[in-house]
Amino acid sequence: MRVKIEKRLDIPRSLVILLPLVAVLIAFAISGVLIAITGANPFIAYAMMWKGAFGTTYSLSETIVRSIPLMLAGLGVGIAAYAKLWNIGGEGQIVMGAFAASGLALFYPDLPRPVLIGGMMMLGFLAGGLWAVIAALPRIYMGINEIITTMMFNFIAGFWVKYIVQGPWRDPVLVAFPFTAQFDKVAWLPKYFGTRIHLGLVVALISALIVTLLLFRSKWGFELRVIGGSLKAADYAGINVKRSLMLAMLLSGGLAGLAGMTEVTGILHRLQDGIAAGAGFSAFILVALANGNPFGIIVTGFLLGALLTGGTTAQTMGVPPQIADILQGLILFFALASTFFTRYRVWIDRSEAVSATVKSGD
Amino acid sequence: MFSALLHTMVTAGTPIVFAALGELITERVGILNLGLEGVMLIGSIAGFATASQFSNHWIGLVAAIIAGALTGLFFALLCVGFKVDQVVAGIALTTFGIGFSAFIGKPWLGKPMSVPFEDIRLPLLADIPVIGEPLFNQDALVYISYLLVPIIWYFIYRTRPGLHLRSVGENPRAADTMGINVTRMRYVYTMIGCSIAAIGGAYLTMAFVPTWFEEITVGRGWIAVSLVIFSGWNPLVVIGGAYLFGGLDAATLYIQAVGTDVPPHFLGMAPYILTILALLFAARKRQGGLGPASLTIPYDSEGR
Repeated sequence: MRVKIEKRLDIPRSLVILLPLVAVLIAFAISGVLIAITGANPFIAYAMMWKGAFGTTYSLSETIVRSIPLMLAGLGVGIAAYAKLWNIGGEGQIVMGAFAASGLALFYPDLPRPVLIGGMMMLGFLAGGLWAVIAALPRIYMGINEIITTMMFNFIAGFWVKYIVQGPWRDPVLVAFPFTAQFDKVAWLPKYFGTRIHLGLVVALISALIVTLLLFRSKWGFELRVIGGSLKAADYAGINVKRSLMLAMLLSGGLAGLAGMTEVTGILHRLQDGIAAGAGFSAFILVALANGNPFGIIVTGFLLGALLTGGTTAQTMGVPPQIADILQGLILFFALASTFFTRYRVWIDRSEAVSATVKSGD
Repeated sequence: MFSALLHTMVTAGTPIVFAALGELITERVGILNLGLEGVMLIGSIAGFATASQFSNHWIGLVAAIIAGALTGLFFALLCVGFKVDQVVAGIALTTFGIGFSAFIGKPWLGKPMSVPFEDIRLPLLADIPVIGEPLFNQDALVYISYLLVPIIWYFIYRTRPGLHLRSVGENPRAADTMGINVTRMRYVYTMIGCSIAAIGGAYLTMAFVPTWFEEITVGRGWIAVSLVIFSGWNPLVVIGGAYLFGGLDAATLYIQAVGTDVPPHFLGMAPYILTILALLFAARKRQGGLGPASLTIPYDSEGR
């Protein structure tokens, strides 16, 4: 009798849904132990987190607000992942998108509102996208690991915006604070249902649709997936790999830039330091849990938004809000580990003799 | 002046030396650990918290090493046991490390280290003109890093277990055929590598800064990852590169102390820009090729 591990040829559909759920449950169990160590009751803490995320109309709307940048950044990471590009520069791209949009809001508030909002979107998208493309150029042309370069660009963008908000664009009235002046009201994204839910939600949903169409219904999307499958095969097939990868990075960073744009114009109404708040990293969890499916990313983005909003609520009972970060890490760990069971079949072989003959004939 | 600058260069470079040496060992065995930042953070809080608790920095160091080994075990379980994509697993480890260290470190936030590693002047060596004082009037962890570099170099290139280590990273199937237990090697060296990287984190909180705050590593883990590539997976080059970054830190501190019109933010960007330039340089010189051939590829003893 021995444990046997075999590669699966096809993946049972039930497992694709079931395993991520098991992964999330295990993550909650482990972080529950951590909560218990801090002296709080994990069940009450989780109940508080649930209430904080879904309990009232207000908390539900806050969950949605929180999930908007996650969804956009997640779509960005997802689209690059199809080409096996790891864009972990989401944080920096969010910041650069916010920076560019803020520039228009601060210096051209006299533009007609649709032009202003459309312009901020375009600038936010382009700034994030170009920031990503520049970071990926060493990868595309010299084969240098894009993970490190995109990560380094996060730090550079972070310092840049710190400089901008403490220096040239500092609020002339509240000079002591590291942020810009508040934007003129015309630059604020429209809000709905009397809550803070803003146009960014619509942007995220439309983006998911466009990403789906691009990936699965366009020639470029097909080429991108071929590249993701095998760079060599793509080359032989005559696909312009460099151009495809550059476009993938432009979209990837652009979506993150949009996340930054919607955050400053929809919620904060001014540029300040630290707006990305980890969305660029959380994006990977969304993509892993959704298995790269764009609308799946919308769903997992919403759920992660709930987790973060709930984590903030749990603070009131003495549970450090970092528990949400820990949960994120743990969920990703177990979600990743669970993919093992979709790729491999584990079973206990009881018939020693038969397996031996099979082995010899192997 | 020069002496003080050189002194800071070494202390600022030391966390990166440890982190890069640890990463070098794990990569040599075929495991790319992009969660280095997370490992360092876990080491930094484990060392700080334990040292504060027991008022003894050596106990803190042991705690950091154990915490690093456990993190390494966990990472190996994912990457070797469950054959998870190492890139995504590394990003998960970074996220987890940031959250976990902040969670554990909450009571110690901003508190000074009560028992930091103090400088110990080595007689004779410290009397060497010019370089003696800055290099040999350092704390014990710096001396450990001086010793670790040649030891690891000798181990990798001149010993039989070192040869096995390299062969697992270069050609796990051939190593397997030779009777080397690839899986066990990958577990063991991932744990050892993470322990050493954790010392780098502990160095920040117990000697260099020395206090604890969230994300105290500010990207040093990532700098160390790129330094390993830049070094061509060679420990002797690693230490030089780490001191280059340390020198940049030292120069920034000096320029700020002297006073300048350049906003500190631009000086702050320098290490990250230098990292990218170093990678470009390494790619142009094709130093060390692309690294261990089996890097990031899980080993499947039955697959072809």
